[in-house]
Amino acid sequence: MGRAWKFGDNLNTDLITPGRYNMTTNAAELARVCFVEHRPDFAQGVHARDFVVGDRNFGCGSSRETAVIALKASGVRAVLAKSFARIFYRNCMNLGLLAIEMDTDGIADGEEVELDVESGSVRNVTRNEMHAIAIPHAMLALEREGGVVGFVKKNGFDALAGLFGK
Amino acid sequence: MGTIAENIFSQKSGRRASAGEYVVANIDYAMAHDTTTAWAIEPFQGIAGSAGGNGRVWNSDKIVIPFDHAVPAPNVAAATMQKEIRKFAREQNLRIVQQGVCHQIMSEQIVLPGMLIVGADSHTPTQGGLGALACGVGSTDIALVFATGKLWFRVPESMRVSIEGRFPQGVYPKDAVLTLAGQIRAEGAAYRSVEFYGSAVREMSIGSRMTMANMCSEMGAKCAIVPADEKTMEYVRGRKGAESARQVHADADAHYIEEIAIEVGQMEPMIACPHDVDNVKPVREVAGRPVDQVFIGSCTNGRTEDLHVAAALLRGKMVADGMRLVVVPASQLIYDECMRDGTLSVLMQAGATVCNPGCGPCLGRHQGALADGEVCVATSNRNFQGRMGSPKSEIYLASPATAAATALAGRIADPRDTSTR
Repeated sequence: MGRAWKFGDNLNTDLITPGRYNMTTNAAELARVCFVEHRPDFAQGVHARDFVVGDRNFGCGSSRETAVIALKASGVRAVLAKSFARIFYRNCMNLGLLAIEMDTDGIADGEEVELDVESGSVRNVTRNEMHAIAIPHAMLALEREGGVVGFVKKNGFDALAGLFGK
Repeated sequence: MGTIAENIFSQKSGRRASAGEYVVANIDYAMAHDTTTAWAIEPFQGIAGSAGGNGRVWNSDKIVIPFDHAVPAPNVAAATMQKEIRKFAREQNLRIVQQGVCHQIMSEQIVLPGMLIVGADSHTPTQGGLGALACGVGSTDIALVFATGKLWFRVPESMRVSIEGRFPQGVYPKDAVLTLAGQIRAEGAAYRSVEFYGSAVREMSIGSRMTMANMCSEMGAKCAIVPADEKTMEYVRGRKGAESARQVHADADAHYIEEIAIEVGQMEPMIACPHDVDNVKPVREVAGRPVDQVFIGSCTNGRTEDLHVAAALLRGKMVADGMRLVVVPASQLIYDECMRDGTLSVLMQAGATVCNPGCGPCLGRHQGALADGEVCVATSNRNFQGRMGSPKSEIYLASPATAAATALAGRIADPRDTSTR
């Protein structure tokens, strides 16, 4: 169970890790500047297994993987949004951070949320409401290995191709 | 049968590829720059060093690493990242090119029609201006390509955008693509390939076609393609592989998920207002708003033709009192052309600061960051809050003509109201 940090639509990756803050290859440093200007209370207040909840087109803009690395290093359990921008979505898959498409109108900032991957549900604990979700097989398989590097190390590149529909 | 995207993915994956299917495709060239390469090194070593791998890149001739986001390094942090990348490049025998914006370098030196390009930068679709299929990816995806020369893709649905008519005086392709952004919004091309057709597109220079493709990134597109023609073949003539390059076109019965028609004959200069690319209005509706800085440059509009448009308006005049005009040619080639033909001199005499080729202030790292409350009119592609500096600053996106007219007036100005001698 974790707290929902709610954001609006077209949340771009510049807002997660602004250009002048992400000149580092240190993940912990990125976690410290996550949403540094857009949501200054995030980095201090976020706890492991919290949820970042967006609206439409979450993660649009720059291809910077630092945005996903910052969220992951902050301990975020999953990003929930109505839709995702394509590079951000691929980056989440590759780094093993769950990006889950769902109607997020039923989750407000500060509410408690629980994710059950096995049964495919997100529960708004605060409102005691259940939302069914469908996570693609590839997203789950990569998350289990901590991302695509772990997956390819274990299974090889050809197995990666096999994750996707023929 | 296929759209351009379907036909290129079919060629590169060795099977008939239709929208919605997943393919593993062979990559012609992979590109990553001075920020995204830094995050690709560790995943590359993990992948290439694993069982069956020899720790080497798949083909060092097919990988290009332009340094453009913050060069020369503005601080120790950037210098340190660049040092790490140089070490990696030496070990893997990779080319680092420090001659301008990555997409401009790729278009000037590498790309051919029909190629499949991936780049660890969101504006990689710019290469679609040359009839190539080019996708932006993240650092880990580019690491996979560095190691294997392949990547998985979902074959995108395509939308067909027809742009017809002749641009009126003072109105440019940037105004047309901002019109498109205002119409279909920031998610309007998400996961799609955008194909451009129409008389206005055929008339456009390769540089303007790149402007159109570049801006489709801001509408969520996976790629954007202007079908190659004689003009494209002429542009790429002489470069490696050009003799055998083949144009890839859509078949007559290709299926499009959406068709959009834009007529430019009555179009007026357009501007994207803070803080969203789709907050597009006619320039005259916001004319008069005071502006502190004007930026002319970037992979969107930092080419010779753009600097020529600006110089025509600025020739023999001086920018407004207090105005900072920052001009960043997109590449060394452009810088050299504009130096030799006198364009840079005209701009400097009008008060411009001309910086070295690269991304310039577009992403807020150097060469013109904005303070609280400041307003910038930029020819680049993103007006996200805080993109160029303070989150309390504002960015408007417009054509080089609107930018130059604004620099002269000190306020947002319609270029049709500025006389050229």
